[in-house]
Amino acid sequence: MKGPIVILLVVVAAVVGYFAGGSMNKPAEKKAMAPAAKKAEPAKASGGTLAAVKAKGMLTCGVSTGLPGFSVPDKSNKWAGLDVDVCRAVAAAVLGSADKVKFTPLTAKERFTALQSGEIDILSRNTTWTHTRDTSLGLNFAGVNYYDGQGFMVNTKLGVKSAKELNGAAVCIQAGTTTELNLADYFRFNNLKYKSVVFDTSDQSVKGFESGRCDVLTSDQSQLYALRTKLQNPNNAVVLPEVISKEPLGPVVRQGDDQWFNIVRWTLNAVINAEELGITSSTVDAMKTSKNPSVQRVLGTASDMGKKLGLDNDWAARAIKQVGNYSEMFERNVGKNTPLKISRGLNALWSNGGIMYAPPIR
Amino acid sequence: MSEDPTPSGTPAAKPPPWNDPFIRSIFFQVLAVAILGYFFYFIFDNTLANMAKSGVSTGFAFLSREAGFGILMSLIDYDETYSYGRTFFVGLLNTAVVAASGIVLATLLGFVLGVARLSNNWLISKLAALYIEIFRNVPLLLQIIFWSVAVFQALPRPDKSLQLGDAFFLNNRGLFLPDPVFGAGFEFVTVAFLIAIAGVYFLKNWARKRQESTGQQFPVLYTSLALLIGLPLIVFLIMGMPLSWEYAKLERFSFVGGANIIPEFMALLWALTMYTAAFIAEIVRSGIQAVSHGQSEAAHALGLRNGPTLRLVIIPQAMRVIIPPLTSQYLNLTKNSSLATAIGYPDLVSVFMGTTLNQTGQAVEIVAMTMAVYLTFSLSISMVMNWYNNRVALVER
Repeated sequence: MKGPIVILLVVVAAVVGYFAGGSMNKPAEKKAMAPAAKKAEPAKASGGTLAAVKAKGMLTCGVSTGLPGFSVPDKSNKWAGLDVDVCRAVAAAVLGSADKVKFTPLTAKERFTALQSGEIDILSRNTTWTHTRDTSLGLNFAGVNYYDGQGFMVNTKLGVKSAKELNGAAVCIQAGTTTELNLADYFRFNNLKYKSVVFDTSDQSVKGFESGRCDVLTSDQSQLYALRTKLQNPNNAVVLPEVISKEPLGPVVRQGDDQWFNIVRWTLNAVINAEELGITSSTVDAMKTSKNPSVQRVLGTASDMGKKLGLDNDWAARAIKQVGNYSEMFERNVGKNTPLKISRGLNALWSNGGIMYAPPIR
Repeated sequence: MSEDPTPSGTPAAKPPPWNDPFIRSIFFQVLAVAILGYFFYFIFDNTLANMAKSGVSTGFAFLSREAGFGILMSLIDYDETYSYGRTFFVGLLNTAVVAASGIVLATLLGFVLGVARLSNNWLISKLAALYIEIFRNVPLLLQIIFWSVAVFQALPRPDKSLQLGDAFFLNNRGLFLPDPVFGAGFEFVTVAFLIAIAGVYFLKNWARKRQESTGQQFPVLYTSLALLIGLPLIVFLIMGMPLSWEYAKLERFSFVGGANIIPEFMALLWALTMYTAAFIAEIVRSGIQAVSHGQSEAAHALGLRNGPTLRLVIIPQAMRVIIPPLTSQYLNLTKNSSLATAIGYPDLVSVFMGTTLNQTGQAVEIVAMTMAVYLTFSLSISMVMNWYNNRVALVER
């Protein structure tokens, strides 16, 4: 009686082991309808993500859990923001419509794992481009869509005028960000002491700051302005003048898929070049008849720049028409007419005093 | 049963090896283990290969790299220049301290509530029932967030703290107490305390033996208390009181100096205690009700009043029923302490599996280490409880 049962169990274990071991060699399949390949074919390093996105008919974009100006859902659950616009531009270029995007809100702690595992195709979540992230996570940064720096926001009642007076303060931060590291470096370098109160999302850190759990809120300056609008009384908080680090924020993709990397990089470059050339979402159709060779190359009327990426020639024109050029994206989301009121500053074009400089499309 | 001794007494022939049940069982067990081992090796190897192909770094070398971030509460020395490995231990100790305190407090509260639930006093028993129903049915995460946001963050700012004299301050940065500073001769006081503990143990044994042989009772409780407090106190006074206090002083942002218990710790501990105590109360109630009513009737017939009956007759028998589910509740409490990330308490998950994972990107190694820690905690707690269970088990079973 015991023998046959043991034999049956062993056979089952063997079969399970064999098939499990065998199937592990195929790319990890997260969802039945979205077989996102984690590693591309070794020979050409192409086609993995682009083909998967086309097959799905949707671009899966990782965004934040709600940061005004960069990625925030409105009342009807429609996402808007600078990072959201990058994804929409890529979707317009690749799939034809900027609305074919599925947004996945991610906290700072899970964002890289979600990209590494194939759950999302592109991470556009105000992520700072750093050496460690570029080299040790298996990811590539496709460009910079916002040049930022880390700053501090304090309660006006404390009468603090400079970051150097913050010895002994309690600081609210978001977990798993470059903010934590920069804060530690700055305070150590200036011989100041602090207590770090760590939260998962920026919403929680704002609440902690508002309730007085901490004296200082530190984050990228753009985030500080955005979070200040969420306060019940924005005049109670003042952003200190010190900018203690460089935070170039941009979209991220997986390593090993150069074609997809090029698509994202050059879509971003196209919208920045569009601002340089004066192409806006309303003038795109008219400018298709332009004689300017640079315009012709961007809009695809006299070149095959799109084909070199694996897309059709209308790729940039669609992105610009449906989402806008960089200045439209900036002004719509974080510019003077929004609650954030951020000026172009560093993010102006290189020809206008800023450092937004996209390589030419030729 | 292939061995049938023949009537003449000659031993039966041994079966061939492939029919021998002993050899067959050994063979198939070895085969099953080998297949299982191969399966795990395959998974492990495949994960490493995939990670290498996609450029994700592997290995445990990251543990010796500098961490670069601060941690709010640490029982050991820590600042940003220590390594990631150190953050692992900081997180581990934080989890251990909240789990241990939670277990002790939840047990005390749970036992009190369980007995109260069975009280003859209608009001007490209904209040206990109300508590149990409320705290059992609200999800723990909501309770933790409630205590953290509605209670501890609502405390006044440091400049307006609730204070007790000049020593104790309660505000939204936590509870500030004077920190004891141990002087030169304090080691003797500690030694005296340990001797007192040993003395209490021997005293208990001696008193029990005396009662068993002569029937005379000895006031063990009061004598033990006197010994535990008195002996170290005498030594303390002899050594010239080598103890001073460092008080917390209010500076620009908050209090500096003294000892600080952060509000996140208090909120988490409070929520865990109240939640688990509700479950423990029900377990205690079921344990007590499992003891047959005849036991308390017999005890009353012998002249024991309610208090000693409960303490000497009912509870020792109820413990057999209480201990196994109580172990589960302890394990639940330990694992539930990982919800600390929701309120910013720097436990193992928040510090190691949160910040360190995000800074190094090595999810597989870090999650594996965290799982190993929780597994070790849980196995240790079960082991201790099983040992205690065996001690109180009735010999007849």
